[in-house]
Amino acid sequence: MRIGLVINPIAGMGGAVGLKGTDGPDTVAEALRRGANAKAGDRAYTALRLLADRVPGARLAVAPGQLGADWVQDLDLDTTTVEIPNITTTARDTKQAVLAMGDLDVIVFAGGDGTARDVASVAGDRAILGIPCGVKMHSGVFAVTPQAAGAMMADMISAPERVGWNDSAEVMDIDEEALRKGILAPRLYGFARIPASRSLMQAAKGGPRQDATTSLASAAAAVVAEMEEETLYIIGPGTSASSIAQAVNETATPLGVDAMLGGKVVARDASDATLRELAKGHDIRIVLGVTGRQGFLLGRGNQQIAPDMISRAGRDGLIILATEDKLTALAQPQLLVDTGDPELDASLEGFVRVSTGANRQMMMRIASC
Amino acid sequence: MTRIPEFRAAKWNEPVVMEMGRPGARGQLFPAPEGEVTETVGADLIPGSMARKDRPELPEITEFEAQRHYLHLSQMTLGMMGISLFGTCTMKYNSKTTEYATLRPELAEVHPYQHPDTLQGVLEIVHDFDLILRNLSGMDQFIFQAGGGADAAYTMTAVARAYWDDRGMLDQRTEMVTSVQAHPCNPATAAAAGFKVVNLPLEENGYPSLEALKAAVSEKTALIMLNNPDDMGIYNPEIKEWVKVAKEAGALCFYDHANFNGVMGKLSAGELGFDACMFMLHKTFGAPKAGGGPAVGAYGCTDELAPYLPCPVITKNGDRYDIDEDRPKSAGKVREYWGNVPQVVKAYGWARAMGAEGIQLASDISVVANNYMDKKLAEIPGLEISNPSINAYRMEMTRWSLGPLTEETGVSTVDFANRMADYGIDPYWMSHEPWIVAEPFTPEAGELWSKEDIDTWINVIRQIAEDARTNPEMVKTAPHNQAIAQVKGDVFEDPSKWAMTWRAYQRKIVGEDQEKGVA
Repeated sequence: MRIGLVINPIAGMGGAVGLKGTDGPDTVAEALRRGANAKAGDRAYTALRLLADRVPGARLAVAPGQLGADWVQDLDLDTTTVEIPNITTTARDTKQAVLAMGDLDVIVFAGGDGTARDVASVAGDRAILGIPCGVKMHSGVFAVTPQAAGAMMADMISAPERVGWNDSAEVMDIDEEALRKGILAPRLYGFARIPASRSLMQAAKGGPRQDATTSLASAAAAVVAEMEEETLYIIGPGTSASSIAQAVNETATPLGVDAMLGGKVVARDASDATLRELAKGHDIRIVLGVTGRQGFLLGRGNQQIAPDMISRAGRDGLIILATEDKLTALAQPQLLVDTGDPELDASLEGFVRVSTGANRQMMMRIASC
Repeated sequence: MTRIPEFRAAKWNEPVVMEMGRPGARGQLFPAPEGEVTETVGADLIPGSMARKDRPELPEITEFEAQRHYLHLSQMTLGMMGISLFGTCTMKYNSKTTEYATLRPELAEVHPYQHPDTLQGVLEIVHDFDLILRNLSGMDQFIFQAGGGADAAYTMTAVARAYWDDRGMLDQRTEMVTSVQAHPCNPATAAAAGFKVVNLPLEENGYPSLEALKAAVSEKTALIMLNNPDDMGIYNPEIKEWVKVAKEAGALCFYDHANFNGVMGKLSAGELGFDACMFMLHKTFGAPKAGGGPAVGAYGCTDELAPYLPCPVITKNGDRYDIDEDRPKSAGKVREYWGNVPQVVKAYGWARAMGAEGIQLASDISVVANNYMDKKLAEIPGLEISNPSINAYRMEMTRWSLGPLTEETGVSTVDFANRMADYGIDPYWMSHEPWIVAEPFTPEAGELWSKEDIDTWINVIRQIAEDARTNPEMVKTAPHNQAIAQVKGDVFEDPSKWAMTWRAYQRKIVGEDQEKGVA
């Protein structure tokens, strides 16, 4: 398997000095002025050292200078350095390096949500994997630790049969400018293909694990079977929610909000105004997925659905789809809501049923954050 | 300090028996029937309509060669007499005494369709064992028809269907509530019986909250199905309250006693308010295991549910034992006859040998052994106990995680298990699905193994953790001392690569069957 590496040397600098991120050149200058140290290189080195220990001589394409090559010099790795015109320590470097790497299988990057967005925007069909270094890491494309990223790289090279793939990891980012003003406005920018460890060979009593697509498709079919003719179904972003549209052979907007009425998609990538217009004279229900690891239900990537619409649907009007694997892997066994309306958030608290497959549900506690 | 076993498996690179031998070789040569026999029944003992046209495709080898081949095959396994702390399975010694008892003609040569007058001895044992289980559970009637734990869970769902159907409420009572940590046979059998499955997640105490249960149960709930303690080794102390909440919603309550070893003789399903429970005789009661069949899930219930039990039920009337098939409300059969009786006899033998006090003592020993093991495992870097924030003793087994070691070395729990076989130690059980902790393993010492055996097992775990740090690739490519090398797991997910029979092997792998026209 062919792997490329790019380090965002300034990722994470803003965090230690209270800047909530390091997006944009002015912020970098401010971070440096406040005495921030670059940590991304060190964290990438931790991952790479583990890779070199596990798979000596592993082949790797690396970005030049402090974007990669500087950090592999004393490691037993067989690296090829790609050329980019000049290093500016801006988002352009990351993108140029990824583009220059050409036909690889996986791009490993060291950075945060901003870097993830930059890498994902030019990665094309290539999978990506983040070495966690950023201030913000809402995206589902990061390994848990630098060590885990190194172990995954070693597996990808020496034991590819141990690696599975997830095509729908969320790439999310928060508008830092707004965040510094106290407004949390995270957006879902897209989905990336990521490697995931695959536990093979559960012996004896075990059986093959059901894959996520099958579970979601079964759950969606059950939801569709019980749809009421006169109710407007607002379909949130993400693969879990869009499995509902797929269950009626329609394509959904991955990053936008769609609406269904009478078993058909009646609006795609709908605005708040469109949803309000469609909802006139109808009961509404809202179909949602859950973000990986953090367990966000509302307020991360689906702010298009306005608080008063959520309020109209109420907690009983939420239809939630997620796989059991995703729910049991959450950092906390709860679903988080952050609609921007604290009273609404409080009214949503309590247990809901999440559809995890055909005739299978999991009770999950909704908590506000 | 106990030693670390040095081990190298026998490796007999022999073909399978179907490819051995030579035409004409025979294991036994049977004499022709005597004249008096042919005169009485005719020369053709098998009617022409029933006789097969072609000779069966059987291996042609001598008895000695067959014996030798199967001896070699057995030498290439770890057998069932090693150190196997295979959690959730409660590994026990299967005594030779009970084995011999079941070989006696009074049992080995009887058939369940014989007249009950000729089966009184066997029926008495089955009935007496029913009484023993009633004592242990507070239930009113047991049957032994189910061929394993999952089959007994299915019995519960079948009984629940019959119960609600009898009340005209099967269309209303459509849901089964369970914990995500319950054994998968509970949701699976409920789904097979047509119930919707509602899972409860584990919360901070290590078990689902009462609040989650209250939110889940309703007038739609047909039954709840629970393990307690669960595989983390955590006992849910609110269990009585759980049963109360479920009962208030009108639901039936089923106690899956897969993890009974830690609480044997300490609690009673009946006293806790359950309507039914299940014991696995091939786990807790010292009868042999055997996947997919010759096991027994003993299913017991209260008098209220008894009319819906699968038929037949063994009853005692005065001094006489009967096989009661006349049960009009019965859920039907979950398996043929009255169960795997040799297993029942072995379990009866175990229970009689242990006695009530012995059973309680065994439970104590299994809990002490597990907690001893927990202390020792906690000393090994890279291992982490499940629910580390819970600072309490665990029951008879504990789920552990190799997550930290895997992050450090890349060695997974599957690699670890493969490497165990290199030391002649049976690989451990990892976890049922879904995996709640990373890279799980679940040891259970039970009451059988000595402290020395447990120390040996722990030393092997410690050694492999060290191997993982010093030579991870060696561990990841294990086993190296075994009869066969590592099996690549990806084929397990590809049915075209499976061959469970010779005919399937020919068809899928060799492709000869198509030429021969065999279906």
